[in-house]
Amino acid sequence: MELRARLPAGPLAEKWERHRAEIKLVNPANKLKRHVIVVGSGLAGAAAAASLAELGYAVSCCCFQDSPRRAHSIAAQGGINAAKNYQNDGDSTFRLFYDTIKGGDFRSREANVYRLAEISARIIDQCTAQGVPFAREYGGQLANRSFGGVQVSRTFYARGQTGQQLLLGAYQSLARQIGMGTVKMYPRTEMLDLVVVDGRARGIVVRSLVDGAVTTHIGDAVVLATGGYSNVYYLSTNAKGCNVTAIWRAHKRGAAFANPCFTQIHPTCIPATGEHQAKLTLMSESLRNDGRIWVPKRKGDTRPPLEIPEDERDYYLERLYPSYGNLAPRDIASRRAKQVCDEGRGVGPGSHGVYLDLRDAIARLGHRVIADRYGNLFEMYERITAESPFERPMRIYPAPHYTMGGLWVDYNLMTTVDGLYAIGEANFSDHGANRLGASALMQGLADGYFILPYTIGDYLAQAKLPPLDASHPDVRRTEAEVSDRVERLLAVGGRRSVDAFHRELGRLMWDKCGMSRSAAGLREAIQRIRVLRDEFSSDVYVAGKGADLNQALEHAGRVADFFEFAELMCHDALHREESCGCHFREEHQTPEGEAKRDDERFGYVAAWEFRGVGEPAVLHKEPLEFETVHLAQRSYK
Amino acid sequence: MRLTLHVWRQAGPRAAGRFVRYDVPDASPDMSFLELLDVLNQRLITRREEPIAFDHDCREGICGACGMVINGRPHGPRRATTTCQLHLRSFRDGAELWIEPWRARAFPVLKDLVVDRSAFDRVIQAGGFISVRTGSAPEANSVAVPKQDADLAMDAAACIGCGACVAACPNASAMLFVAAKVSHLGLLPQGQPERARRVVTMVAQMDAEGFGACTNHGECMAACPKDISIDFIARLNRDYLKAVASGKPQAARANGGDG
Repeated sequence: MELRARLPAGPLAEKWERHRAEIKLVNPANKLKRHVIVVGSGLAGAAAAASLAELGYAVSCCCFQDSPRRAHSIAAQGGINAAKNYQNDGDSTFRLFYDTIKGGDFRSREANVYRLAEISARIIDQCTAQGVPFAREYGGQLANRSFGGVQVSRTFYARGQTGQQLLLGAYQSLARQIGMGTVKMYPRTEMLDLVVVDGRARGIVVRSLVDGAVTTHIGDAVVLATGGYSNVYYLSTNAKGCNVTAIWRAHKRGAAFANPCFTQIHPTCIPATGEHQAKLTLMSESLRNDGRIWVPKRKGDTRPPLEIPEDERDYYLERLYPSYGNLAPRDIASRRAKQVCDEGRGVGPGSHGVYLDLRDAIARLGHRVIADRYGNLFEMYERITAESPFERPMRIYPAPHYTMGGLWVDYNLMTTVDGLYAIGEANFSDHGANRLGASALMQGLADGYFILPYTIGDYLAQAKLPPLDASHPDVRRTEAEVSDRVERLLAVGGRRSVDAFHRELGRLMWDKCGMSRSAAGLREAIQRIRVLRDEFSSDVYVAGKGADLNQALEHAGRVADFFEFAELMCHDALHREESCGCHFREEHQTPEGEAKRDDERFGYVAAWEFRGVGEPAVLHKEPLEFETVHLAQRSYK
Repeated sequence: MRLTLHVWRQAGPRAAGRFVRYDVPDASPDMSFLELLDVLNQRLITRREEPIAFDHDCREGICGACGMVINGRPHGPRRATTTCQLHLRSFRDGAELWIEPWRARAFPVLKDLVVDRSAFDRVIQAGGFISVRTGSAPEANSVAVPKQDADLAMDAAACIGCGACVAACPNASAMLFVAAKVSHLGLLPQGQPERARRVVTMVAQMDAEGFGACTNHGECMAACPKDISIDFIARLNRDYLKAVASGKPQAARANGGDG
């Protein structure tokens, strides 16, 4: 396996334009003969499917949800960044680029990130034209807010439902193409394997989630827009259906997996209440703009928050990071919250919580302004906890939220399998070791609207793709393997439910490969994952039958893949003997407890090649070269 | 707390369904309604019975996947709350709950509490969009939108497409859903060129899907987890009359022209 990033030559600011000029174009008459399969219908997938169809390609799109409108992008709350500089506060393409590189702790590619920043402004134009009802000023212009970890106001938003509105914009563009017959949409359809013929991605094997039928879709290129894998932790802010299956299956067919251990733990989620907890709910970190985070100074202080006087409160982020205060980046805010709770100063049930207090903002701006800004978030909080944030501070705790790791892709967003692309959260490309707030939507849409539709043409214009049908032995073999796997899961007939196994794996990953990691803990986790995985394959019980709507079976397949994937994640975390961004190794920290990066030894992307379940994956390194930015220790003091 | 559930079980689209009684003696008031079903399903699995099928995904009240009728009310008793965000503290200890899927001709049952809502997708495909090709958009601030219009458009755009409005309506009408999209796009300057055509094609598709007519019961608004107002239905009716009376839709081609 060879990693060829295909980064264009030339000055940073000219790379993308030059690349676009040099890319091969597909003859318009031939586009209809080229069939692209898009898996997933979130921001990246829906945007790509719609844009490719507009260009004239024949497009199929599938999603496991009952409608493409329900992809998990819909749950993003806070906003989307763009270097518009509407606020005249000194923002620029370069500043957005620099903030993203720095926020990612210098573990992403300069050329990719610069392109992302460059494209960001056009995304806002596109979405506004689609009718996305962004927040506006009284003069009718678009409003902005500042968002976690940066000092300019460049975040566009639609109340606390930005992801929903952007996704509906993309979904509506997709719906228009479906209506015209240029996109064939397959909802309630799950990709279970990738068809590779002569080294090229030529299709996918899917299972209908309505009747269980296993079929193959054949095409000329496959685009995976299947999101992230935070549900390896069981409890996360991701939707229950989010999974690693599509990218893991692709990995097993030859796609390198990059930086799997880079997982983001979001600092502001509602703490868990008990064993029945099925998922965790995010509270937008926009609340950190006006909220102050604190815990009692004294350990084991169980007084209600309003009875704790000002001088007995520790506003620890303001104390430790005077210049960024409550807006410190996500990884730092999360780790510090864990630390104060580990010290015994946590609040609420189980002492797994810190206060996010809007009292001062309410006093300064008034009840109405705060209700206008955060009303729906407050309602959501109250619905879940039965406590009003107007009356007492909210309780928050970190939860797994986003995964920066994903399939390795080159500058064209192509994986190490020819003709297989990965976009959005499914790839590793732009966020390095930590993603800044309001950057996920930006990246998903950049990939889907403005990058992939160009770069995929370069491949389709040049690749020699002989006609292929479902009778090809490679296609039939892949399809048979999928059916066989489904049958095997149903045949185990063990004693424990899929959910019970998933919970156990999740707890293990959270303890050993979560907010802080150590070599000993990771080694132990790898051993236990292997034991658990064997138990799963011999003792799981999957109810129902294969040729049916069977949610237990869907879950079983996903958990089986999480078990294989979890081991790779721990290996990656173990091999990376440094702390960077969200990856915090206890052995590598400064005396003040800050992450200690090692650019000399680890200034690279770790791309893993699959060699068999339980076999050590082979590491390939893509060195990161920084020509423009100066590598610095991140400081938010 | 102790709850008695009567859950609609139906093996498939053509199978006969019936209520099956389940007792949950140890529910916690902090559980969400879907967590209650999770816990029950775990017990069914231990007893080698088939778990209850129900749609769900984000569990944050935004994806619109979940939804069931609880004691005759779509999404249960709490105002402006999806089933996934409904917590058991909304019920009294010892309560008896009847849980059913959405009931509407346009939403056939697939299994247990899972229904097929693809009719909604087809209504959007008929015209619930602004035809703008990727790359062709003008500078975002070149078109000013009055804040109150943008806010009102956002109120309508908040619809999550769950289908509770249809389930609540005695006529199984989809008017609130369609009105929300027609209003969202019709309130914005970007949506004007296709405003007349949009309302006509969407209403035609709604009728073709077998949704009933609107007779102003207002049940839809009461059931809507996003508090979408029936004022938008009045807006749809005005737009529809204007479009039909002006003869504009006849001039338009279906499905967004040749884009």
